[in-house]
Amino acid sequence: MTHAFYILTAYTLTTLTILSLIAWTWMDGRARRRELAELEASGLRRRSAAAPAGTPSP
Amino acid sequence: MTESLAIRKFSDLANPTRFLALAERVLPWLAALCCVLFAVGLILSFTTEGDYQQGDTVRIMYIHVPAAWLSMMCYSVMALSAIGTLVWRHPLADVSHKAAAPLGAAFTLIALVTGSLWGKPMWGTWWVWDARLTSVFILFLMYLGLIALNRSMDDPSRAARVSAVLILVGFVNIPIIKFSVDWWNTLHQPASVIRLDGPTIDPEFLWPLLIMAVAFTLLFFCLHIMAMRNEIWRRRVATQRRLAARMAGRGD
Repeated sequence: MTHAFYILTAYTLTTLTILSLIAWTWMDGRARRRELAELEASGLRRRSAAAPAGTPSP
Repeated sequence: MTESLAIRKFSDLANPTRFLALAERVLPWLAALCCVLFAVGLILSFTTEGDYQQGDTVRIMYIHVPAAWLSMMCYSVMALSAIGTLVWRHPLADVSHKAAAPLGAAFTLIALVTGSLWGKPMWGTWWVWDARLTSVFILFLMYLGLIALNRSMDDPSRAARVSAVLILVGFVNIPIIKFSVDWWNTLHQPASVIRLDGPTIDPEFLWPLLIMAVAFTLLFFCLHIMAMRNEIWRRRVATQRRLAARMAGRGD
């Protein structure tokens, strides 16, 4: 393969960047989901989730 | 009737809860299709013949060109979202352009780095300050600036309006990038795929390139939907913490 260094470096750096992007987005989602679960466990609920369906809000 | 239905569907999506439910359904299919296309695209990228002039170095094109397309498409998605923020005050529009900025920066960085790695063996230099390369570098700086701006403001709605104005002002750079190779005499080769008279590239190179371009585009939409979902959750956490602090202050 001619110019193998340039081709392999390009593919490796692209793969690393894309994998980092996927990992960062996925881990950010997990962290936010955990925060929401912790808030819910401490008794805090969204106003829309707190009221049962059909109950008129005050 | 049809128009009112379309407007209603668009308004329905303004509800973040409906968007989250839709994202939950769409993401697995989108991710699976993206993986299949990447697998096919990568196999074709490495099994097709090399170019008679460039040799195997032409394989860098299969990642460089889709990344460069995405760098511009991502900014165009941000510009449409910015219009949504400023004109309709659509609640998901500012979530959309805030979530897209880091993705755009990453794809622009890939385009710049792989372009350099392609340029060194082909042109004999890593970098030249010609019109195409300079305008793409400015695009990268714009993405970084927008990320910094969004992070420097505490009020998300104010940050969204300021960002939206800047995004629309910066959109002038997109046609400059696209047509720079036609308007100025640059080292960068002119467009060979999206042309009025059809692609000038051989089908043997065109097919892997198109498959990789669709795979990259699906990857962008997967990540964009995931990042939008994260941003909606982040705002819910912030709202609930504010409510908790207010309740604690009242002694509830």
